[in-house]
Amino acid sequence: MSVNERDPHTGHMLTGHEWNGIKELNTPVPKPVWIFLIAAFLFSVACWILLPAWPLGSTYTKGLLGTDQRDVVTEQVHNAAMARSVWTGKIAAMDYAAIRRDQALMTMVRQDGHRLFGDNCAACHGINAMGGKGYPNLIDRDWLWGGDAETVAQTIRAGINSSDENTRVSQMPSFGRDGMLDGKAIFAVSQYVLSLSNPGAVKGTPAETLRTGAKVFADNCAACHGPKGLGDHAMGAPNLTDNIWLYGGDAQTIYTTIYDGRHGEMPAWSPRLSATDIKILTLYVLDRGGPPQ
Amino acid sequence: MVSGLTIGERQGAIVILVLLAVIGTIMAAAAGRTGDPMSVHGFIVLLFSLAVLAVVFWGYYTPAPDEGRLKSYYDDPSKAGIIIAMIWAVIGMFVGDWVAWLLAYPDLTFDAAWSSFGRLRPVHTTGVIFGFGGNALIATSFHVMQRTSRARMPDQLSPWFVLVGYNLFCILAVSGYLLGITQSREYAEPEWYADIWLVIVWVTYLVLYLRTLARRKEPHIYVANWYYLAFILVVAMLHIVNNLAVPVSYAGAKSYSLFSGVQDAMTEWWYGHNAVAFFLTAGFLAMLYYYLPKRAERPIYSYRMSIVGFWGITFFYMWAGSHHLHYTALPQWVQTLGMSFSAMLLIPSWIAAANALLTLNGAWHKVRDDATLRFMMMAAVFYGLTTFEGSFMAIRPVNSLSHYTDWTIGHVHAGALGWVALITFGSIYALVPWLWKRERMYSLKLVEAHFWLALAGTLVYVFAMWNSGVIQGLMWRTYNESGTLAYSFVDSMIAMHPYYITRAIGGLLFLAGALIGCYNIWMTIRRPAPVAESARWDAPLPAALQPAE
Repeated sequence: MSVNERDPHTGHMLTGHEWNGIKELNTPVPKPVWIFLIAAFLFSVACWILLPAWPLGSTYTKGLLGTDQRDVVTEQVHNAAMARSVWTGKIAAMDYAAIRRDQALMTMVRQDGHRLFGDNCAACHGINAMGGKGYPNLIDRDWLWGGDAETVAQTIRAGINSSDENTRVSQMPSFGRDGMLDGKAIFAVSQYVLSLSNPGAVKGTPAETLRTGAKVFADNCAACHGPKGLGDHAMGAPNLTDNIWLYGGDAQTIYTTIYDGRHGEMPAWSPRLSATDIKILTLYVLDRGGPPQ
Repeated sequence: MVSGLTIGERQGAIVILVLLAVIGTIMAAAAGRTGDPMSVHGFIVLLFSLAVLAVVFWGYYTPAPDEGRLKSYYDDPSKAGIIIAMIWAVIGMFVGDWVAWLLAYPDLTFDAAWSSFGRLRPVHTTGVIFGFGGNALIATSFHVMQRTSRARMPDQLSPWFVLVGYNLFCILAVSGYLLGITQSREYAEPEWYADIWLVIVWVTYLVLYLRTLARRKEPHIYVANWYYLAFILVVAMLHIVNNLAVPVSYAGAKSYSLFSGVQDAMTEWWYGHNAVAFFLTAGFLAMLYYYLPKRAERPIYSYRMSIVGFWGITFFYMWAGSHHLHYTALPQWVQTLGMSFSAMLLIPSWIAAANALLTLNGAWHKVRDDATLRFMMMAAVFYGLTTFEGSFMAIRPVNSLSHYTDWTIGHVHAGALGWVALITFGSIYALVPWLWKRERMYSLKLVEAHFWLALAGTLVYVFAMWNSGVIQGLMWRTYNESGTLAYSFVDSMIAMHPYYITRAIGGLLFLAGALIGCYNIWMTIRRPAPVAESARWDAPLPAALQPAE
């Protein structure tokens, strides 16, 4: 190979190097490359002059713009809070009923509530707030602890069976597992409970069983669920006569619930959400359930 | 395979493997007492060394190779490396597509811990980056360094040690993720003992490379070797520093990093971005610089651009890692440096891409007709696109939109599928007939089919993630008139669903291409009628002959 060889196709000179048949052209670096390289370097220099850039021992060059990401964020967060305070101030000051009458405010509640609910509540209650097995439906107007605004807000604040000191506490005992009732009694009372909401489902059940069930119910269940099974908001005990079920209303599930008990939990949100956010969520949830009755 | 080793090397291999088996036994016993998952790794090391030991014993009494071997290049490890790389490609891409479906349908975990996204995802990344990419790099580097140095490797044992040892590391890594063993450092998940093992393997690799280069019969060192050397040297440095950690106990897998807080994050992303630079870029640029001109039979467009490109890439990349930590607790001055160096990095990156594409001047008709060369050409195009996108995304205001979104995933896969995998497939399709002394691949139509599947898969994947990423980024910053965010996170998740399905389909196309490639390579190897005699030039220069300076 010759040092002065020329590539016939491009007309460029070869370097004279060769590795296993690979040769190289001695093409100069095209001018635009240098121009772009210099331009990129100038862009960098501009960044270094304007922004915090180079370390100097225990400090650094602050940049002519004097900008600092921490200050920028602090200011932006403050400004955003100020802008929002036009309506959040009203939310904080006004009572629930007054807010629900104020359509302009409720528009804000619906917008912000959608995001708050999606980021905090939807994981359990579903994005449509209709719940699922073990997680209450929030828009069916059937409430375990009561559906007035302050009650709902308190549930959000303190949670249910949560670690908060003001938590609501409620537990369905494990009548079977803990030996309080035998299998026969549990079957009887489960059939009786089923008959409260769905008489058709117990047509084949002997009247004797239902009578036994009614007696077991009166002795063991009525304390919380009430003598007629209508439930009690003070205890968080569900109404057993309607067709709304947290864990399921079929014979088997009712039996399991009585046998094993239930111990649902809802976290306390006051450590995470501000009082205004909780108020907005309360209004949002009630609003999803329809206009005030 | 064993027949290529001298008797002394066979004995050396046995000593190493017995030592490894002992280490495995100790690991299994020590960790077994406390029920630590490291004991499973002890058994894996033991079984692995026994399996390789069986292979060595199987061939132990074959006749020793004669001196004639020194007149040819030593290609057995390259052949094995190519096959292993393709196996890892299928595993890694299969798991990748699995987790892609998992993101679209989260119930696919079947309620098992090992099948959760968090454990399967590193199996995918390690499988494709280190399993597929790493083995392909090792295999091709052995091939290229011998040819461009015109020298045979100095011995037969160390290349096998590097290849087999490296794969033991990969197996420990991947099995560890499924067991829940992880350092939780992205792309550096394996725990301390696997890391130490990789250091031993990697230093052997570096020494082997340097010894071969020292024996070269060429006055100059070819560009591809600069890149391979940068890859080996810098990966060693990155790996060691990022994995500095204190094990809780020598009988357990858990360790704690030497770094904490924002220093820890910075070390990890200094490592992470330079792994992109020196593993996924430098190593594969080395492939590009050898197999593309070789296949095109054209001289490199500009030696000078090679130089400027190489030093630009190696110098600028080192500073760029902090762009992964924009708008975090990392001091802003570090972010500014990361951003500005990332911007400058675009120029040498494009120099390398342009140098490759301009090398094709006079060979464009071959690009049209030859899918193998088209793989390499398309790889250079994607390299250019991805490096542009990368520099762009490193600008802070752009990053505020793109960060934490699927745009990043799209960017990574434009590079990993479009650049890294395409150049690897192109190089493998060029290399397989050379290594096995076949005239050409078994089926050129299947190479063509693989090309279009790979390209279609990449485009479907990347466009899905660009859409998804930009939509995500915009949804996360959209405010409504109340001055609060308009969308909850779960709203953006729902918006992603169709794109996740599209992405998984793109991945499936890419995987199908890789499977076709495996079949084609296998049939090429199995095909009889080897070329009568290997090309005369494909041999090292005898020691007596020295090239003219």
